[in-house]
Amino acid sequence: MTATPFFSVRNLHLSFADRAHKPLFGPAPRIEVLKGLDLDIGEGRITGIVGESGSGKSTLGRVLVRLLDPDSGNVMFKGQDIAGLDEEALRPLRRDLQMIFQDPMSSLNPRHKVWRIIAQPMKRYGLGGTREQATEALVRVGLPAEFGDRFPHQLSGGQRQRVGIARAIAVGPSFILADEIVSGLDVSSQAHVLMLLSKLAKEMGLTVAFISHDLSVIRHLCDDVIVLDHGVIVDNGPVEQVFDDPQSDVTRKLLAAIPLPEMDDTWFER
Amino acid sequence: MAEASTAPRARHGSGLNLRLWLPLSWVTLLVVVAVFARWIAPHDPLAQDLLLERLPPFFMSGSEPGYWLGTDSLGRDVLSRMIYGAQIALFVSVIAASATCVFGSVLGMLAGYYGGWAERIISRLVDIWMAFPPVLFAVLLVAVMGTGLTSVIAAIALIDWTRFARVVRAETLVQTRMDYVDSARIGGARRASTLWTEILPNVLPTIIALLMLEMGIAIIVEAILSFVNLSISTDDPTWGSMIAEGRNAIHFAWWVLLFPLIALFFSVLSFSVLGEGLRQRFDPVLQ
Ligand SMILES: Nc1ncnc2c1ncn2[C@@H]1O[C@H](COP(=O)(O)OP(=O)(O)OP(=O)(O)O)[C@@H](O)[C@H]1O
Ligand SMILES: [Mg+2]
Repeated sequence: MTATPFFSVRNLHLSFADRAHKPLFGPAPRIEVLKGLDLDIGEGRITGIVGESGSGKSTLGRVLVRLLDPDSGNVMFKGQDIAGLDEEALRPLRRDLQMIFQDPMSSLNPRHKVWRIIAQPMKRYGLGGTREQATEALVRVGLPAEFGDRFPHQLSGGQRQRVGIARAIAVGPSFILADEIVSGLDVSSQAHVLMLLSKLAKEMGLTVAFISHDLSVIRHLCDDVIVLDHGVIVDNGPVEQVFDDPQSDVTRKLLAAIPLPEMDDTWFER
Repeated sequence: MAEASTAPRARHGSGLNLRLWLPLSWVTLLVVVAVFARWIAPHDPLAQDLLLERLPPFFMSGSEPGYWLGTDSLGRDVLSRMIYGAQIALFVSVIAASATCVFGSVLGMLAGYYGGWAERIISRLVDIWMAFPPVLFAVLLVAVMGTGLTSVIAAIALIDWTRFARVVRAETLVQTRMDYVDSARIGGARRASTLWTEILPNVLPTIIALLMLEMGIAIIVEAILSFVNLSISTDDPTWGSMIAEGRNAIHFAWWVLLFPLIALFFSVLSFSVLGEGLRQRFDPVLQ
């Protein structure tokens, strides 16, 4: 309890300009998307973030890796408030805060070869970024070394998402945000990609925020879970606790919607 | 079964290739002819010989050997003048189109990527610029700067940069919203370097297509300015001035007008088809 938590978010507010309702003169009205969130993320734990579409999951995640600027509140990362830092001040921290995106077709530059996609961040962070290092990362995520010479569109969806994982782990981060990373994949690729992520997280002692709207995946993968609803946290705690004793109707509704047959305890062993 | 499935693909492939190879051959021919004009041209393009005036091309009776495409009303060899005309046309189109391309594309990329003030200023400038009728603009410009190739090139760049700025801005805007931009930021890229290393390669196919189109347009604009006598001196063999002169003699020496017109037409067509073909060729997703 005394140790500083890995991530500690207090009273986080974020709003977007609502351009659709912008008056002819004057600024556009703001839509509040995150309405005063408090949450902690424990080091080395996988924290699931669930909620319905539009509840603010991605927005929260993007604040954690500081792709978005919050309006107010604190985002303490290893004891340092990163909420108000500008890009220059963030640069030394960025290597530690990696992200895997939902759509690898859009998040892997279509005109760069796979090895370059993996090597470039390493180079920028002063970690080398040689062809060999990129190959190492490829092998680590279970892809053949010669895939380095391919372009993203020459890979399958599951393979692309592995490249996304390889790029993130190659720079040796301590935190990875995974935003709906399997939602575009078929069921068996989903299982493989999730298995890979949990294996690597364990090996490397990573802290992971795992965004999903699928509670059955969260149950198998995550240690903790945060349930968001319209920008408010309605449930928060260890997975078993939240699943066994949900505190809100939203969580109960999400739990009731779990498709039973798809997931069981043998799911990860497949 | 196997044949049935490969046959249409092969036809499709060769159709695509032909669309690329035909214009490419014409442009290659143009380049070769322009570069080696001095050795290829059978006659001095400026040499007048009143004894040889209005000779018809080789396939007509009354033609003179060595004067393949006939002569004009001053007895100058049409083929030789066209060959030297290709030199001027290509020179103008490469220089003018490149200048237009660099200027317009850079402004378009800055506007599309940075948004905000950069976007507002550049877009407003484009709007104002486009309110001017382009030909009037060009004529005015050449009138102020004096005739000559430099003013022709400047006129083309100053008129047409808006085409690049508009199209490249729109394409950059689309690319800027792709996740690979956020991903570069996560990967430690500075904002400016993301524009040049991540976004530019994705906008490049569009820029190349526009550049090719612009080379065709530059050839036309140069021809128009020659036609109205605002390019280089009338003696110099440009396709435009040949067309202008040929017009006067169209009833008794149609070849003076027709051959440079055909060359102009093919060149413009080739450049625009080539642009579209190259864009498709270099688009990794369309490949
Ligand atoms: N750039 C933006 N500008 C304006 N509104 C935005 C922007 N990004 C997100 N929003 C709005 O913020 C709200 C939360 O979006 P967010 O992407 O965080 O939801 P989400 O929980 O990730 O949903 P999903 O499950 O569909 O991905 C939505 O109502 C969305 O319309
Ligand atoms: Mg989302």
